[in-house]
Amino acid sequence: MLNMESVSKSYRHRGKTITALDDVTIEIPKGDFVAVVGPSGSGKSTFLLMFGGMLSPASGSVFVDGQSLYDLTSERRALARREKIGFVFQTFNLVPYLTALENVQIPLFLAKLSDREQQERAVALLERVGLGDRLDHKPSELSVGQQQRVALARMLANDPPIILADEPTGNLDPENAQSVQSFLKEANDEGRTIVMVTHDMRAGQIARRTLRLVDGKILNGTSGSVCSGKTDAVEGLRR
Amino acid sequence: MRLRTFVWREVFERKNQLATSFVAILLGISVIVAVKNITFYSEKAVARELDALGANILILPKSASLQDYYGADMQDEEFPEEYVTRLAASDIQGLDNLSPKLSVPVESVGNRFTLTGILPTNEFQAKAAWQGAGVFARPQNCGTVDVPGASAAPPKETLVRKRVISTLEADQALVGADVGAAMGIKEGDTLTLLGKAFAVTAVLPSTGTVDDSRVFAHLHTVQQLAGKGSVLNAIEIVGCCNQISKGLVQKINTLLPEAKVVTITQIVDTQIRTNQMMARLSLLFLAIIVLVGGASIANYMYSNVFERRKEIGTLMALGAGSSVVLKMFLLKALLLGLAGGVAGYVLGTAIAVVFGPRIAGVVVLPMPSLALWALGVAVAISLVASYFPARQAARLDPATALQEI
Repeated sequence: MLNMESVSKSYRHRGKTITALDDVTIEIPKGDFVAVVGPSGSGKSTFLLMFGGMLSPASGSVFVDGQSLYDLTSERRALARREKIGFVFQTFNLVPYLTALENVQIPLFLAKLSDREQQERAVALLERVGLGDRLDHKPSELSVGQQQRVALARMLANDPPIILADEPTGNLDPENAQSVQSFLKEANDEGRTIVMVTHDMRAGQIARRTLRLVDGKILNGTSGSVCSGKTDAVEGLRR
Repeated sequence: MRLRTFVWREVFERKNQLATSFVAILLGISVIVAVKNITFYSEKAVARELDALGANILILPKSASLQDYYGADMQDEEFPEEYVTRLAASDIQGLDNLSPKLSVPVESVGNRFTLTGILPTNEFQAKAAWQGAGVFARPQNCGTVDVPGASAAPPKETLVRKRVISTLEADQALVGADVGAAMGIKEGDTLTLLGKAFAVTAVLPSTGTVDDSRVFAHLHTVQQLAGKGSVLNAIEIVGCCNQISKGLVQKINTLLPEAKVVTITQIVDTQIRTNQMMARLSLLFLAIIVLVGGASIANYMYSNVFERRKEIGTLMALGAGSSVVLKMFLLKALLLGLAGGVAGYVLGTAIAVVFGPRIAGVVVLPMPSLALWALGVAVAISLVASYFPARQAARLDPATALQEI
């Protein structure tokens, strides 16, 4: 379960104070799928990074499974990310000099798994996203859609119960965007909690509910519609 | 995948950027290795030449005057033979051959010359206390080294060249070249001096010094014939030049305050100056490599951290702690240092071996000990120069690094 209690955060930028989050209190139960929407600069990414333990609030507390994240040392927060959280980014953030297989191995290597375990799990995940024949390809040798699928496989490497997705379909064409949405839905169906920041209203529709952030405040919450099943998701990724 | 896989892949991904730092450390290390290698063999060559000149330190009675170095032991004044024991039993480093002497004027068949008593080395070695002091062990970094082509002096010349002789019986004598020529003495002849018959074991080659006008016999025999007891006129020492520069003469002075200690200052000073110049040159190059190589590596590492901040942020998002990031950059620095050290040693040694004979006129051989030195210096420079960039990477704010704000 993810919680924020009275969280505020503001920045100074060129002499002006920008309020990213303003006294936000929210609870995201286990297994929820939340889409966070709002205009640029509304505080969406700040919201996501705070749940990821990478940006401390100016005031208030952030909890992951009841543990106050920012009462931990930075090394313990890194451990919490490694064990509980999978990240996926708009620009994929693959390491350019590593192959698809090695990119997926990164969280496994950080978790100190043996070479054999890393290899087996990474291969299985890449096969799951339809890239079993692209194991040794570097990101530059993959299409944009394939790169995001490698990122999705990496996101699931340590089998995290929580997924934080920052505009995961922002750089994709409609067909690949649909595949990614289906994959996230499938991950949610497996019981993972997902928080997805997006501009894409269609992407938001796959979430169970939508949070609208404006000027650092959550204005309302709406229920989304569930659209596709597991089989469709896997098939969509393989297309 | 391991941390080293990560580092290795990144090194080859951006090898062109890394090349500048590698070349900087390679050139720096190779120049220092070459200078050190040539210097080592050059110093040894000079020391060998100095060694061939004979003793370079004299211990004389306090009131003695020194007009002719080779005739310095021709003094009326004397001091106890016990000084030799004190020297041998002391912990003074850098004393090579000790040669105690007592000289008395003699006349034989109308020829006037000097009878000089010397102590053969086998008698030193027979005395346990002296043996333990290591008098006859050549000190480290001192004296000659074995160089291919340099042949050992024949036994007969040992006395002339090194002022020592290994064995000499009580009734044996060595005859200087001029004495031998004047008296028509040959090896195997008998020579009577001060009423004692000596068997001539060798006629020494000409040296151009007063030694040519001497007859050498066993010290204790000469002391007995002169009726002076256990006294000496002089002790000649082959002192190690390095040790002389470190105050060997002063140490002997402290040990034997009643005696006068003199040295061939010009020769020693020349050697010391050469050594000091080479040492300063090495230090200068070391300072240059530390500054240029270190700055180059630090600059490269800082730009590498800046360039990879998104990657670092991603790794942190995936669960990498600061220590993993720190290790990643320091491991890269270690690899750079190792590669620069090995390559620098190989190139520097090649330069020394090829150009050493032309520059210093000495045969230069590879020195494996310099490999460790080169590796140590290169790795240390690389790690120190990379530490602050690596720490900066480890302290990077992942949120900022991901440019998500």
